[in-house]
Amino acid sequence: MKKLFLNGVGWVSLFAWVCGGALAQEYKVGLILDKGGKDDKSFNSAAFRGATQAKSDLKIFLKYVEATDDNAFETLTRSFAQKDFDLIIGIGVSQAEAIKKVSAQFPSKKFVIVDAEVKAPNVRALLFEEHEGSFLVGAIAAMMSQSGTLGFIGGMDIPLIRRFEMGYVAGAKKINPKVKVISNYVGISGDAWNNPAKGKELAVSQYGAGADIIFAPAGASNLGVFDAAEEKKKFAIGVDSNQNWIKPGYILTSMLKRVDHAVFAAIEDGVKGKFTSGTQRFGLANQGIDYAVDQYNEKLLTPKVRADAEKIKAEIVAGKIKVPDFYLKK
Amino acid sequence: MRDSVWKILRFLRPLIAVSAGLAAGLLVTALAGENPLHVLAILGRSAFGSRYDFGMTLFYATPLIFTGLSVALAFHAGLFNIGAEGQLTLGALAAATVGICFPGVPAVIAPFLAGLAAFAAGALWGAIPGWLRARRGSHEVINTIMMNFIAVGLSSWVTLYLLKNPDSQNPETQAVAPSYLIKHLDFFGDAPLSIALFVALAAVVAIWIFLSKSTRGFELRSVGQSEGAARAAGISVGRMQILAMALAGGLAGLVGVSEVLGNATRFKVGFSPEYGFMGIAVALLGRSRPLGVLGAALLFGALHKGTADLDMETENITRDLSLILQGLVILSVAADGLWAWLDRRRSP
Repeated sequence: MKKLFLNGVGWVSLFAWVCGGALAQEYKVGLILDKGGKDDKSFNSAAFRGATQAKSDLKIFLKYVEATDDNAFETLTRSFAQKDFDLIIGIGVSQAEAIKKVSAQFPSKKFVIVDAEVKAPNVRALLFEEHEGSFLVGAIAAMMSQSGTLGFIGGMDIPLIRRFEMGYVAGAKKINPKVKVISNYVGISGDAWNNPAKGKELAVSQYGAGADIIFAPAGASNLGVFDAAEEKKKFAIGVDSNQNWIKPGYILTSMLKRVDHAVFAAIEDGVKGKFTSGTQRFGLANQGIDYAVDQYNEKLLTPKVRADAEKIKAEIVAGKIKVPDFYLKK
Repeated sequence: MRDSVWKILRFLRPLIAVSAGLAAGLLVTALAGENPLHVLAILGRSAFGSRYDFGMTLFYATPLIFTGLSVALAFHAGLFNIGAEGQLTLGALAAATVGICFPGVPAVIAPFLAGLAAFAAGALWGAIPGWLRARRGSHEVINTIMMNFIAVGLSSWVTLYLLKNPDSQNPETQAVAPSYLIKHLDFFGDAPLSIALFVALAAVVAIWIFLSKSTRGFELRSVGQSEGAARAAGISVGRMQILAMALAGGLAGLVGVSEVLGNATRFKVGFSPEYGFMGIAVALLGRSRPLGVLGAALLFGALHKGTADLDMETENITRDLSLILQGLVILSVAADGLWAWLDRRRSP
């Protein structure tokens, strides 16, 4: 038995030596995606896009993985650290514990966690003010709605998504105090991020109940919501990435959460030796949060709506509008 | 001479089947543009390469031993337990609930108490479809599947509304009291492997003794082989079916020991990467024999661990390869007809 292990150790060190020798000059970045995977066209896709851009612009060595189960996060994080990656990026709240534990074991490595706060000297936490952007798209939805009823479909029922919901409802009420918002969640486990069928089912029933615009921060599950929008000839609002292109004409706008920019910036800082730990917040003020206007939706949003939206945005940035934050509720 | 070769071949059937499945899987990796030998080397290294890696393999194998035994035991009684996933969910929830609600229990008995709760909760969840089958004649396959859904809903509700961990975004309960936690096997470094492994090994031995040495075990197997004959021999078929399903559920429930007391210290919604359904494959591959289940669980643990690293160390392979490999192995194991055909060709 012992011999077997020694043999294994030998192999690993040989591998490390070969890799280390060949890639000694490259800055190595390991990206660990959440269960939604890199093709969720939303949150994980945004992170993946930022890292891929860093690969082509900054000539880093990039390796990404998708986790098989919750216990795998820690294993993958540690594997990256052991394989001498310089910067390890965990995407999503589920990885907070793994990053916390492994970052303490490898103090010389740098870590990034998105959407959760981990306080350690070698960890940078990237947090986004989702409620601000949700308020903005909520206001836009209320301006555009014919029926006075809006829909909200969240992915997993966690405080983070409640924060989206609270901002969205507040934004809609700001425009039309009598607006009605129907809310549903896809589920309460990680699979809720990747269940387009359930997303579609919920959307069809919300449209049936009179909603004409649905905001869907639901990971890959919102692809089902877009399907329903096309089928019922109604509108949906995308999230995280710019999703306007997925069903042109049916996606009113997308609330952008620039995970791509934040991830790129973290990698750039790492490459240039300017990596800092601590928490970075991204909101409307520093364009970390925004809403998307492009060739796919510029005909949907009237100039008046866009002008009003810009005005609300400026007022939030200036602090004239206080957006309620679910995190500060209790 | 040829007869003895044939006998050896027949004896090695599972091994040949596994190799054939693996070979087919490696062919798939070759199609994906990877060198199969390289893939095999990574698989082997990441499953057995270091104490930590081997520990992770055993960590994944432990729940698979429980669920594999669960499905195998039900098979022996002629029942198909697709409900191991729900049974293990409730077992884990029960272990966590006891650990949270009774923090004052001394460490000498606390893990036993939580383990007992896990077994009992799983057993209850198995006994219900067992009872429905025995007394109402409704098929256990349908009922266990439905019980899976109920288990997910129930455990989620308890987690979110009664025992929620206020410090986390994730749907998980608070941590159990420290006295409930069981010892980790430090030999395996950071791997979350605990003495739950020994509980699983003990379960293998216990089920082997139960099935092959005890009267009840004999009765249970008789029911599985022929209900009519068993009834004629004076065995209470219904009682045996309920017993089999309760025991099967209890075994699956013991996953709570390895997950809650040995690893996560709490119940997390969705913690299982479908151990319950993998258990069906484990039982099939192990031909429902306790020792076979042990071997198959180790293999599937190794595959599960190995493929996570494959994703990391290759360009074209993702986590989904694990499923493809498992599927191919099961297919080749299930190709029993081929052996029967070979037998027929030899005998006339």
